[in-house]
Amino acid sequence: MAHAVTQAHHDDHHGAPQNFFQRWCMSTNHKDIGTLYLVFALIAFFLGGSFAMLIRAELFQPGMQLVQPYFFNELTTLHGLIMIFGAIMPAFVGLGNWMIPLMVGAPDMALPRMNNLSFWLLPFAFVLLLSTMFMPGGGPAGGWTMYPPLSLQGASLAYMVFAVHLMGISSIMGAINIIATILNMRAPGMDLLKMPVFVWSWLITAFLLIAVMPVLAGAVTMLLTDKYFGTNFFNAAGGGDPVLFQHIFWFFGHPEVYIMILPAFGIISEVIPTFARKPIFGYKAMVFAIASIAFLSFIVWAHHMFAVGLPMGAEIFFMYATMLIAVPTGVKVFNWVSTMWGGSMTFETPMLWAIAFVILFTIGGFSGLMLALAPADFQYHDSYFVVAHFHYVLVTGAAFAIIAGVYYWLPKWCGRMYSETWGKVHFWSSVISVNVLFFPQHFLGLAGMPRRIPDYNVAFANFNMVSSIGGFWFGASQLVFLGVIIHAVFLSKKKATDRVWEGARGLEWTVPSPAPHHTFEVPPVIDDHDLAHGNIH
Amino acid sequence: MTSGGSRPERCKRVGTAIAAFAAILFGAAVQANPQPGQLNMPRGASEWSAVPYFLNNLALGVCVVIGVLVFGAMAIAMFRFRKSRGAVAEPWTHNTRLEIVWTTIPVIILAVLAYLATDGLTTFANTTGSQMTVKVTGYQWKWRYDYIDYMGKPINKVGFLSKLDRRSDDTRQLRSGMDPTAVTVDGYNTYLIDVDRPLVVPVGVKIRFVITAADVIHSWWVPQLGWKMDAIPGMINSAWTKIPAPGVFRGQCAELCGQDHAFMPIVVKAMPQAEFEQWLAAQQQPAAAPPASAATAAPAAIPTPVSPPVAVVGG
Repeated sequence: MAHAVTQAHHDDHHGAPQNFFQRWCMSTNHKDIGTLYLVFALIAFFLGGSFAMLIRAELFQPGMQLVQPYFFNELTTLHGLIMIFGAIMPAFVGLGNWMIPLMVGAPDMALPRMNNLSFWLLPFAFVLLLSTMFMPGGGPAGGWTMYPPLSLQGASLAYMVFAVHLMGISSIMGAINIIATILNMRAPGMDLLKMPVFVWSWLITAFLLIAVMPVLAGAVTMLLTDKYFGTNFFNAAGGGDPVLFQHIFWFFGHPEVYIMILPAFGIISEVIPTFARKPIFGYKAMVFAIASIAFLSFIVWAHHMFAVGLPMGAEIFFMYATMLIAVPTGVKVFNWVSTMWGGSMTFETPMLWAIAFVILFTIGGFSGLMLALAPADFQYHDSYFVVAHFHYVLVTGAAFAIIAGVYYWLPKWCGRMYSETWGKVHFWSSVISVNVLFFPQHFLGLAGMPRRIPDYNVAFANFNMVSSIGGFWFGASQLVFLGVIIHAVFLSKKKATDRVWEGARGLEWTVPSPAPHHTFEVPPVIDDHDLAHGNIH
Repeated sequence: MTSGGSRPERCKRVGTAIAAFAAILFGAAVQANPQPGQLNMPRGASEWSAVPYFLNNLALGVCVVIGVLVFGAMAIAMFRFRKSRGAVAEPWTHNTRLEIVWTTIPVIILAVLAYLATDGLTTFANTTGSQMTVKVTGYQWKWRYDYIDYMGKPINKVGFLSKLDRRSDDTRQLRSGMDPTAVTVDGYNTYLIDVDRPLVVPVGVKIRFVITAADVIHSWWVPQLGWKMDAIPGMINSAWTKIPAPGVFRGQCAELCGQDHAFMPIVVKAMPQAEFEQWLAAQQQPAAAPPASAATAAPAAIPTPVSPPVAVVGG
């Protein structure tokens, strides 16, 4: 099939179509679609971030100053949905689209037209979701978790459900594409256990997506029929069970949070060896740890539900299973540290973000371990402690890894170096402010502040103000990121070399910078020494 | 011996200072409710609330120790193995023995934590032997308390709604211009954590709570009692507490339940048993009607003799 595609595009295989609409809207090129995904994710990141700024502004001091409580709930709900489905996930798909074919020596994704469709569903899904804010009755305000019966009270439920369906279809198609590409289109000699860890992490993530996105689709469809078609899946008065939704939702939801972190593990496992100039420590253990975490993600869902009144046996099972996740996660952290140990390190911007990831994600992991202890979770649950925990794993985890990946591969994408000075300004400003933003939220939760509230007792005032200041600072820092990207793509005069980084290994560094529109039309001859893990057994 | 007296005395003084510092830092047991600058979970005021507090501190300690080791190793690596210091990358890429070690040690630590946590779960789940039952019902956006039985005897018609207090409610309106810091009771700021009618309970009695909701899911959380429990329409969850000393304990709804989720606080007032019995008798006074359907039937079936206007939300 790859051959046929090459034939069809023979005429223009040296460059992209000149026509803007043809190039970007009708693209079947993995690089262009990857760029579209990344630009979309960046826009969503700023949109979701602006919602967060409003949230932190209302929480700046006690008393209601800016928004009505209902609108506040719309903000928290949409902030969650946008950041998860609009920023983090599309960013990973974009990175996968760009890099997986380059890393495995494939000419493109296996299913290029489906690739186009899976991207173009997303803007429509989000327009649909956000349009609800301007409708009578307002947008969804029941939290991104959409728990009934509350979510059934919302007037915009049907829009949200349809938007989630579209996002789910998009994710499933993206996942199918990635699996098909990795399993069928690797260049000869690129054995599975020679693949970069990033490719492994995406292969496993794609299987998670295919397994759980239909579960989410089922859950939200049941919400829809409960509201509009007279079913009683979640209505106790009709013989249903509101807790059933939570079980189904979190059977999707917990693998979902690992969908948002496994590719991050992959990125970090590329960046650290490059700048430590030393192959990743324990390659097979790293791959096996990702697979174990993925497996465990299916049997821990009810730790999100310790306070719903589960039978004691269930609480014990889910507590033990959840604690087990600390083991493979610990292995990954120890292996990253061991990769650095005995290396020859330099600290360019991608490495700084990767190191910050390891430290701050580990802090998020620590609070995760604390949350796993069910009796203690009776206190932590639904408090700001949880908010602090998942922002440590999703912002300083997933988002930091994405930013590390962007700095790492940007010169390969656009052929120019970004400004190292401004990259470092972005890093230091972000890494300090993000801790000012989220660390005090641990204290707030421990002191008893519930999450998802627009106003609070005066005892919580000091740390909320600190957190809000950190929030505005962190938000402003991301404008530096935007500037660095625009400068690198359009203005920078410093050309990037093919290898870009001295210690970089892997096929993506054997093609020119910027990567030509079509690469590996003829499968590369693989020299194991070019690969990061080529000569590791 | 020039400064600070004899050794034991100095030790004692240091000890007191540490205790005072710890009290400020961790919101010690004497402080019943959220304190400005509070950094840790409260010890709590109930018998069981020491369990989550202990597990929290233990797990935090374990995390700090592991964190110091891991981040310490990273710091050393970043200092020693930098190219600018002339470090040359070493060729090794794995070490099976090391990997086994750092898989096994966490398993052992986790097993210990799991053992302790399981014990805590077992004691929490055991609601047997309670001497009193209170039914808690969550509404958008208030709580209802019904006293079901006390010392083996059913209680009829003692039940009331508990809503956000008037001063907080006025202050929390958008751009009210009122100062949240001015909402105080006995010098303690009660903005958004005070109610018109608190739940009154006796000390030293094992109280069983049966918790449900009438519209959407709520969660009944008083940090001083050490737990929260979801209030779910159509389901009845149970939990228990035993409070050794009198006090006023404040909490809030913990599960997003709509626009006024932030404005349905919980106040539990624990009083000596004799005082409680007097209070209970006074509550039962106006109930002149024949013994009505008590116990765990629908909440709306129990009329409210002593409460402000009752808006019964569709159940």
